[in-house]
Amino acid sequence: MKVTLKIWRQPDSVSPGAMHTYELDGVSEDMSFLEMLDVLNEDLIVKGEDPVAFDSDCREGICGMCGLMINGQAHGPEVTTTCQLHMRSFKDGDEIVIEPWRSDAFPVVKDLVVDRGAFDRIIQAGGFISVNTGSAPEAHSVPVPREDAIRAFNVATCIGCGACVAACPNGSASLFMGAKITHLGELPQGQPERDSRVVGMVAQHDAEGFGGCTNIGECTAACPKEIPLDVISRLNWDLHAALRHGH
Amino acid sequence: MAASGIIFIGFVLLHMYGNLKAFSGHDAYNEYAEHLRTIGEPMLPREGLLWIIRAVLIVSLVVHVYSAAKLWRRSNHARTQRYVVKKNLASSFSSRWMRWGGLTILLFLIWHLVNFTIGKVNVSGGATNDPYNLLVDTFDTWWMTIIYLVAMFALGMHLHHGVWSSAQTLGLTNNARARRNAKALGWIVAVVIAGGFSLVPIFVLAGVITK
Amino acid sequence: MTDMPDTTLTGDPSHDAPGAHGDDAAGYYVPGSPIADTKSPGGPIDERWQTRKFEARLVNPANRRKLDIIIVGTGLAGGSAAATLGEAGYNVKSFCYQDSPRRAHSIAAQGGINAAKNYKEDGDSVHRLFYDTVKGGDYRSRESNVYRLAEVSTNIIDQCVAQGVPFAREYGGLLDNRSFGGVQVSRTFYARGQTGQQLLIGAYQALERQVAAGTVTQYTRHEMLELIVVDGKARGIIARDLVTGEIETHLADVVVLASGGYGNVFFLSTNAMGSNVTAAWRAHRKGAYMANPCYTQIHPTCIPVTGSHQSKLTLMSESLRNDGRIWVPKKKADCEKDPRDIPEEDRDYYLERIYPSFGNLVPRDIASRAAKNVCDEGRGVGPEVEGVRRGVYLDFSAAIERLGRDGIEEKYDNLFDMYARITGENPYETPMRIYPAVHYVMGGLWVDYDLQSTIPGLFVTGEANFSDHGANRLGASALMQGLADGYFVLPHTIRDYLADGPFEKIEESHPAVVEAKKAVEDRVAHFLGTSGTRSVDSYHRELGNIMWEYCGMERTEDGLKKAIDLIRTLKDDFWRNVKVLGTNDSLNQSLEKAGRVADFMELGELMCIDALNRRESCGGHFRAESQTEDGEALRHDDQFAYVAAWEFATDPDVAEGMGTPVLHKEDLVYTAIEMKQRSYK
Repeated sequence: MKVTLKIWRQPDSVSPGAMHTYELDGVSEDMSFLEMLDVLNEDLIVKGEDPVAFDSDCREGICGMCGLMINGQAHGPEVTTTCQLHMRSFKDGDEIVIEPWRSDAFPVVKDLVVDRGAFDRIIQAGGFISVNTGSAPEAHSVPVPREDAIRAFNVATCIGCGACVAACPNGSASLFMGAKITHLGELPQGQPERDSRVVGMVAQHDAEGFGGCTNIGECTAACPKEIPLDVISRLNWDLHAALRHGH
Repeated sequence: MAASGIIFIGFVLLHMYGNLKAFSGHDAYNEYAEHLRTIGEPMLPREGLLWIIRAVLIVSLVVHVYSAAKLWRRSNHARTQRYVVKKNLASSFSSRWMRWGGLTILLFLIWHLVNFTIGKVNVSGGATNDPYNLLVDTFDTWWMTIIYLVAMFALGMHLHHGVWSSAQTLGLTNNARARRNAKALGWIVAVVIAGGFSLVPIFVLAGVITK
Repeated sequence: MTDMPDTTLTGDPSHDAPGAHGDDAAGYYVPGSPIADTKSPGGPIDERWQTRKFEARLVNPANRRKLDIIIVGTGLAGGSAAATLGEAGYNVKSFCYQDSPRRAHSIAAQGGINAAKNYKEDGDSVHRLFYDTVKGGDYRSRESNVYRLAEVSTNIIDQCVAQGVPFAREYGGLLDNRSFGGVQVSRTFYARGQTGQQLLIGAYQALERQVAAGTVTQYTRHEMLELIVVDGKARGIIARDLVTGEIETHLADVVVLASGGYGNVFFLSTNAMGSNVTAAWRAHRKGAYMANPCYTQIHPTCIPVTGSHQSKLTLMSESLRNDGRIWVPKKKADCEKDPRDIPEEDRDYYLERIYPSFGNLVPRDIASRAAKNVCDEGRGVGPEVEGVRRGVYLDFSAAIERLGRDGIEEKYDNLFDMYARITGENPYETPMRIYPAVHYVMGGLWVDYDLQSTIPGLFVTGEANFSDHGANRLGASALMQGLADGYFVLPHTIRDYLADGPFEKIEESHPAVVEAKKAVEDRVAHFLGTSGTRSVDSYHRELGNIMWEYCGMERTEDGLKKAIDLIRTLKDDFWRNVKVLGTNDSLNQSLEKAGRVADFMELGELMCIDALNRRESCGGHFRAESQTEDGEALRHDDQFAYVAAWEFATDPDVAEGMGTPVLHKEDLVYTAIEMKQRSYK
């Protein structure tokens, strides 16, 4: 099939960018979306044009490296990562608009590549359990109710792709933060640092320039791992509790 | 945002209850209005409680508007480069219209206070010292009723998202069921309050409530 | 799939009598002196690690912050090492090419992590895990390393649970275990099908905690392009900032490579797009020996290739073989038909036919090879890619009949969804199609018991080293090895080396540093200055085809020799005719790939030479010349019970070219275990 691609091109973080249009023929419906872009890039290289820069690594939906705004939807029309989106979700003659994640906290590095270092810094601000290697007690010394472990796991599946931020009209990273706070807060091992964790992470989130959450819910709809909105409620609950405890 | 919003929800519920007194006729309505001024006497001076409520509401309003402005500003700074194409998938219209809806309500509130509380303007030129008659005169004017109904629609939408959103902000929706319940409560509060407020002007315009 | 009946090798049922052939790789290599691991203390196997930990010298806490450690890679092996060494107080610099340490490819591991906890009281023990691992590796691993791996496995689980890794639990709140890959004990800990992700996030969080504490500096989107060796010791790296293009010099007292495996030499593999051999290969070129590079694990249950656009392959858990039946049509004419229209009598359930006792559950390499054979016969199914249908059916219809659709859904729902998303076919209605794909490499840089390479001060952990899996790796053991190395082994062994420090300070103006940096700059300039005609990817794809065809599941003397010729020709063309657009001063993904593919070419050649030399079949390495009459892999312990450690040699005729490698042999001696030949009939 044949598609028309409108792609954001921007040479580097400081230069201005613009949308460019490319026609691509011979697209197979078995191609993944990123393989379609690979084919475009091969064409561009042959023509002597700079290929389109985009991020991807595992290409099996787990590393969180890929992420494109496709026709106004984070990761495109299916609930999955960009790398797991296939061209059979499009039809012959479609026009496809491809943009990078738009967030001032995720500056564009080049074309469709953005810098998500802000997520690392939020984790540095408390998204961990402080336990030095070798100091852990025997794994069976603390039983964890199965339901709690399942809930912790379900939200720990966050891949840190940034789709929640990209989709949020406020540019908030609350779903990302809430997922980590809920993951660690559901487990007995996460309790000692529960207050300092939420306070530290929220402060860093705000300092990075992410927007505030107004509970609109676009984040969870865009999330390829379907992290539910209740993690934001949990984040708020923990934050209020921490403030009550004098943090 | 959530706390001040909940104060407003409490207020509009009471306010709506008072308005519905209009169905009980001229004397009952005016008596209620007078009663509001005398509650707590002699412990409190006349209009004492009313002023306490007003003070709380004013503080809430300042907090609510300040927080909203701050959130709005943050959100504008969080994405200075807009998308060429952006679709909304899961969000309700009311959630995306909170800011404009809130501004609509704020503008209405100013007119509403000028109309009934501070300035006491009777658009039909009648007396302003009788609350019941002022109410009937106002809503006998069709465009006043329209303004009022538009404002109630905006309020209903604001409440629809606001109720759920405040539950979420207070951390009360930590599972799927609580989330569903909060959303349902949003609908109920929105329909009851906006609907309840709309009854009086509609019935005045329809000639059911008269002087 | 290890606990299969053993038959001790007696007699000689092979086509190939041991010693009957000369040296296959003669002329392709130069014999070198033997090599030995000098760090493993002798004595009873279960005391060696304790002894080594005690004998390894300590570093005064006050001195630790004066010691700089560079760690390349942030997967399970690198992330855990960086966190642990940061906690200990060393000054750590952590590098990864991704935009965040959390993206390293350990994240994609599905099945689980083994540990000898014996929570099920089913007869597991450290010794049994050790035994299974050595046997699974077809007696080609170093026993003292493997024993230590089994020994520290239990600490890993404790550590991860304390970090908040949400392992699956039973109703009583205790950890659940499952049996994995055919072993008879349940020792695999798991977090649904995303164990690698959960373990990596645990290590990542520990790492970020140290970044916040100031002990670790994180360099993301940085790629190591050269090792700095001063006076014979590893003293730093040259890295390129992938965003600005700047070529940076980073000096240190010790360098750790945890840069993962090189499966992408095959172009198509289950590895991440960016997984590459460059860090390891640059070290190899500077004197680190590369051990057993030909040992490749090929996983039988991957989703087949659909066309020449394919960029990577996706693995589906091997557990599918527990309920799915593998078949192809008996007649070539049926290959295009809808599989549901092919009657039972026209189907060839070839694994059940050839291996009646193990059927569809034969080990990975056997299942893979059998699939290739039926496809090469022309009985493959699915789309024709470059003239061949490469796929076999994995049919669940019988299982659906037996367990009901719900039963299958409960067990495999996420895998079926994944298959449906990628192929657009509904596996509940039509049989799945699968084909083998390169998954893991057991080979890697040679290390001693301390995980130190042949360059003093260069340590290698995780998949990047060769040490623990021999010729084949057990399921759920890669995660175990990565974390064992990073959390519990390296931090103890590296201190013995660092106890000699702080080392003499090196300036950036030191000739060895300047030379390393210049080499990188020259390479970059060469790629950007070659106004060729072919894209980097097209070379990579061609290299991959050569490797897959001749150095894949089945290798022959003629094929390997042909492959070496083809690679040499391709390499030559690559250096003259590659087309890399853009500049060095911004993000340039073609330039990144060019450097990686250049190193894959040399590695590919060495893999073929190693495979050519090893005229035996063991684990993931199958030489057609070395099989029993039944087509089973046949080892030759008398000739090949050694680790092939290759030393790089420069080509005397071509500047920077690859010359004839030198082969050093480390003899494998087993004191705690007896060598046996496996059989699955």
